[in-house]
Amino acid sequence: MNSEKLPGKGEDPGRPPPDGSARPPVLELRALQKYFSLERGRRLHAVDHVTLALAEREVVGLVGESGCGKSTLGKTVVGLLERSGGEVFYRGERLPQSYDANAFRKYGRRVHMIFQDPYSSLDPRMTVREIVAEGPRLHGLWKRNEVQDRVGYWLERVGLSRSFLSRYAHEFSGGQRQRIGIARALALEPDVVVCDEPISALDVSVQAQVVNLLAQLKDTMGLTLLFIAHDLSLIRYVSDRMAVMYLGQLVELGVANDVYFRAKHPYTQSLVASTPEADPEQARRRLPVAVRGEVSSPVDPKPGCRFAARCPHVMPRCRERDPDWIEAAPGHFVACYLYQP
Amino acid sequence: MSLLEVRDLRVEFDTYGGVVRAARGVSFSLERGKTLAIVGESGSGKSVSVQALMGLIPMPPGRITGGSVLFNGKEILGLPAKAANSIRGKEIGMIFQDPMTSLNPTMTVGRQISETLRYHDGLDDAAARRAAIELLEKVQIPEAASRVDSYPFLFSGGMRQRVMIAMAIACRPALLIADEPTTALDVTVQDQILNLLQDLQRERQMSVILITHDLGVVARMADEVAVMYAGQIVETGDVRQIFARPAHPYTLGLQAARPPADERRREPLEPIEGAPPDLFHPPRGCAYYERCPWAMKVCEANDPPLWSINDSQSSRCWLHHEYGARRRPERLAHGALIPAQPDRP
Repeated sequence: MNSEKLPGKGEDPGRPPPDGSARPPVLELRALQKYFSLERGRRLHAVDHVTLALAEREVVGLVGESGCGKSTLGKTVVGLLERSGGEVFYRGERLPQSYDANAFRKYGRRVHMIFQDPYSSLDPRMTVREIVAEGPRLHGLWKRNEVQDRVGYWLERVGLSRSFLSRYAHEFSGGQRQRIGIARALALEPDVVVCDEPISALDVSVQAQVVNLLAQLKDTMGLTLLFIAHDLSLIRYVSDRMAVMYLGQLVELGVANDVYFRAKHPYTQSLVASTPEADPEQARRRLPVAVRGEVSSPVDPKPGCRFAARCPHVMPRCRERDPDWIEAAPGHFVACYLYQP
Repeated sequence: MSLLEVRDLRVEFDTYGGVVRAARGVSFSLERGKTLAIVGESGSGKSVSVQALMGLIPMPPGRITGGSVLFNGKEILGLPAKAANSIRGKEIGMIFQDPMTSLNPTMTVGRQISETLRYHDGLDDAAARRAAIELLEKVQIPEAASRVDSYPFLFSGGMRQRVMIAMAIACRPALLIADEPTTALDVTVQDQILNLLQDLQRERQMSVILITHDLGVVARMADEVAVMYAGQIVETGDVRQIFARPAHPYTLGLQAARPPADERRREPLEPIEGAPPDLFHPPRGCAYYERCPWAMKVCEANDPPLWSINDSQSSRCWLHHEYGARRRPERLAHGALIPAQPDRP
């Protein structure tokens, strides 16, 4: 099967950033694909023709359930995984398909990543100083005699004490480790940061601390963020625009409040309806089960809309061909036949 | 009489780092047919507390150093193994957070579900298998008659949690303990599982203890709420009261830290600063002292008692003392909230 001929979704929805098309995109994904080959020639379509542009200083939230490909997308964007097709542009420059040492030196520090699990993403045998200084050292950014000062500076920027320099990761709480992870990523002074579920492993009371820290660093450093998470209400809160992913494909994209409060795609609607509100009166107004069944397999998916098997509004044509993007409201894109003439 | 009455439960663990005081005097009660949600962060002692009443604390390194648990009026804490087994799984069922690791991968799901029936009710193999199929239908597993002979790896996460529920309710327990039953699931599947639990509970008049850290799940499922912090219950009460008029600063902090439900965006959230205390050396006074925006001098050295706020709500905070109320700084309101105060004549 030639993936280039898969119908739909490959097209750029032609969307300018809704908050001012004057700003050129900093990061652009065009029909990005990441497939994993399985035994007997089967292929897992983890990321399937995703097109997305992030404007300067924009925060784009990417939501979807586990297994929808959102983390794979993040890793493909920063070059940790080799993409199977499509293109990624950073400030107009096409990023190489696979990163060699040179490519990493050139782009690795500009487009960087913060990982989900603050427990497994820090090397237990390295001190905080080594962890934070590793990237800048490899990129030749810091002189040996300034490491101490620079690491201290970054620790303070993320709300930790300079005195932690020679400690090991296991001596810290989850929230503190995530701050170290953030310091490590930002010490490279990146332009674009992919935050992969940066707060999911943290306790509720600490989540807000880290969200505030990221927002403040984003403002002061002028970062552009791709914020990946499964918590819809949080993504709405931190993002300018929000993209909803289902089984490797984007199904809805728009201003965060529009996507959350005025969701168009049946999948987004069911996600919002399934998220229980912290209000007993609201939460008890029991609605019928928002969506039946569970996510189907991303291995060799059938043609047609990926959500068709679970969709309460499914029509015959949904199973024939992928729906194209349509601008259902200004700046609010949805890939669903319900909105197509 | 309450179905379950837990009084001053204390659990410790010996570790290389010293003794961890995981539950420090936990008390709550649960009426028949009601749902109690225990909310708290990781390490607050919520799982340990229910494991202790199920007799599931590994000893050593664990140790129950005090307290009592009355189930149907009978003391069940520290029962000998045989007596404990006749309650566990029969009168009290339990489901765990991770349906991936809590099923036996080498047994068919039918065999696992019917194991409790064979053990407790003495059913023969054929009757137990029929019962397992009925239970799978009850938890809405399609094609139950053929899935009964499948192994767990063929089931998705949501399906496995349904199998866990079928096992837990097989012997018609009076009490179901659900420890983070939907934390590992996606929200759309969580929605389905919560509906299923509610239906089963209503139909069978079960009492449910639901352990969770998700206030949304609490709001949806609970009749009563117990908020745990650092091994203690700091506030309990009717779910509507707890959400509308929280009394303990920690409960307020948890609510204020959530993103707003309306279209406001990108104002800084109101986090609870700092981190929970170290339970190797629990603080002498209020465990929340270090993080509390209302902390007073008295809080540092004196553990606050539980104050009754109204008929259904109580809170462990010195602000509720009549002198605390006098100096309560309303200006320091956390978000729009200020701690509710006891009804005083």
